[in-house]
Amino acid sequence: MNRVLPALVGAIAEAWAELRIHRTRVLLSLIGVAVAVCALTTVVGLGAVAEQSQRETTERNSGRPATLSLNAYDPVSGATPTVAQLRDAYSTALERYDIQYSSFTAYTNLRVQFAGGVRDVQSIATDVDYGTMRRVQMLEGRWFGEDDRNRLAPAMIVNSSFLRELGLPGLTGNPTVLLPAAQDTTAVLIGVTPDQYDGEPPAAYILIDAYERVLGPGSLDQSFPSFETWVPPEIADQLTERLRGDLAAALPGDMQVDVNRQDYAQFGEDPFLPLKLLVGGVAALVLLLGALGLVNISLVTVRQRIREIGVRRSFGATAGRVFFAVMMESIVATFAAGVIGVLAAVAIVKSPWVTDFLGQGVTELPPFPVSAAILGLGASLAVGALAGLLPALVAVRVKVIDAIRY
Amino acid sequence: MSLIRLEGVTRSVPLPDAPALTILNGVDLTVDVGDHVSIVGRSGSGKSTLLNMLGLLDSPTTGEMYFDDAPVASLSSAVRDRTRGRDVGFIFQQFNLLAGRTALENVTTPLLYSTGREFWKRSTIAAEMLDRVGLGSRMTTMPEKLSGGEQQRVAIARALVRRPRLILADEPTGALDVETGETVMALLDDVARNSGAALVTITHDPNVAALADRHYRLERGTLTLVTEELVR
Ligand SMILES: Nc1ncnc2c1ncn2[C@@H]1O[C@H](COP(=O)(O)OP(=O)(O)OP(=O)(O)O)[C@@H](O)[C@H]1O
Ligand SMILES: [Mg+2]
Repeated sequence: MNRVLPALVGAIAEAWAELRIHRTRVLLSLIGVAVAVCALTTVVGLGAVAEQSQRETTERNSGRPATLSLNAYDPVSGATPTVAQLRDAYSTALERYDIQYSSFTAYTNLRVQFAGGVRDVQSIATDVDYGTMRRVQMLEGRWFGEDDRNRLAPAMIVNSSFLRELGLPGLTGNPTVLLPAAQDTTAVLIGVTPDQYDGEPPAAYILIDAYERVLGPGSLDQSFPSFETWVPPEIADQLTERLRGDLAAALPGDMQVDVNRQDYAQFGEDPFLPLKLLVGGVAALVLLLGALGLVNISLVTVRQRIREIGVRRSFGATAGRVFFAVMMESIVATFAAGVIGVLAAVAIVKSPWVTDFLGQGVTELPPFPVSAAILGLGASLAVGALAGLLPALVAVRVKVIDAIRY
Repeated sequence: MSLIRLEGVTRSVPLPDAPALTILNGVDLTVDVGDHVSIVGRSGSGKSTLLNMLGLLDSPTTGEMYFDDAPVASLSSAVRDRTRGRDVGFIFQQFNLLAGRTALENVTTPLLYSTGREFWKRSTIAAEMLDRVGLGSRMTTMPEKLSGGEQQRVAIARALVRRPRLILADEPTGALDVETGETVMALLDDVARNSGAALVTITHDPNVAALADRHYRLERGTLTLVTEELVR
């Protein structure tokens, strides 16, 4: 209909003119809304950023939801199956249940030749999927790929401390390192991870296949490698049962198989929920107070404008149009305040002071969450609509004849 | 075909603890396109009530009222509002200009409720109209800074900017001195004649009434046609 667009544009034009005329009053009343939206967006944004960084730390330590860890042993003799036996049994199960991510992980030591002599370095021998499953962060270079499993010179990923120990500034020039063993091997450094804490000793990742080639087959059998899978949380419980039975049957002898869920989400409820509720509650309260102030001011103003509304009605403004225009004033104004509030919140959350505090120097912080910005804008629109509703209802009920009588 | 027609219209308002107050009583009135009508009457006789009714702001308590031969009672309130915006232009004794808005913005206001070219070209149209009432040089002036006569000319421009077929003026010269009142009234009469619109003027001033072609007197809610001689 060719009536809709002019009505829409007209109402916005009217609202804008009205706001321009009363800019001081509008500005004053909007400071409250802008501050409230800024507070809301900041707490939600900070909460999300903090939660995200905490979640990532947690996931680095115990896996993403749902991570199942599998262990097998003979309950009588205490013997454990060999890595080769485990691999066979597991790969059948993985195929059967279409599990996408899994890795063997063994905490072990590697002998490494440094300038000052040969040293034992804490190492994690693992599979390619581990990088994704544990969100391993790279400072430089890359995580292992499938191709790395069969390369002649084994690929290695080391921490910053390791690199410093070697006296290397970075990965340029394909640096290598000597691993002295029965037969010396030269490993190629392909990636660097950040130190987990200040003063962490040198540490390294190596693929299991490479490790067994360096130190001989079966060399990991004594370090009790654990096996982990990352599966959709919905099927985690079901899978736990199935895997237990299937694996026990697939392994030689009378093996007992333990399947445990180990990620933080295993307890069902969100561990961040209380924090979220608290932050959200405070923010909502602040916003509510801002809205109340706005309602108050709009109500006073609309009463001062009864004659003006009467005049507009006598020149053809329908009741709906008057309602819409008054509502629009509130929405346009709070939305503008909301944009300012959100921008301020982004500036606060991204300020170096806050970033330093949240980041604690360990991880790179995630970007400002879009959801928090949308929430801030949405809240400002909602407050605008809410605060505009009452004055708009008052405006519609203005008796034109009385309004223009003198 | 008549523009607006009232047949036996009464208007009464209920009063607390008293019988209803009858403001208009059996009013018959027909206004055609191009008519210039004046209505005189004492204060409180019901003139403004009648004018509001002609402008579709008020409805009869009993009796029939037709706009373009359509019974007004059958029109929805939104249709009434739009009809008023399109076909009726109001001029008030106290001007009723919107404060804080320039002369041009005031004249633009009725066009905000229009559609098509009138809406999209509203500033140009309003500027032309202001020029026609001789205020082409005062477009960006606020009403507070204009003289009474100038303010009423802005109000006239605002009332006429949508080329209404019916102009309703409620004591348009009431707040002006005699001389200014005459100039303003002459202007109103002139623009109305040029656009072919009907003009209904409420006035106390015999000179203003004399500009009309047809004269009525409203007395305690009863409307009577008066002849030329009686007005003098
Ligand atoms: N809604 C109402 N409730 C009660 N009384 C009303 C109402 N509207 C009008 N009246 C009364 O009706 C009478 C006519 O009012 P109206 O405004 O039409 O008079 P008027 O002829 O325009 O007077 P004036 O020349 O002073 O403007 C007045 O006595 C007024 O008090
Ligand atoms: Mg009156």
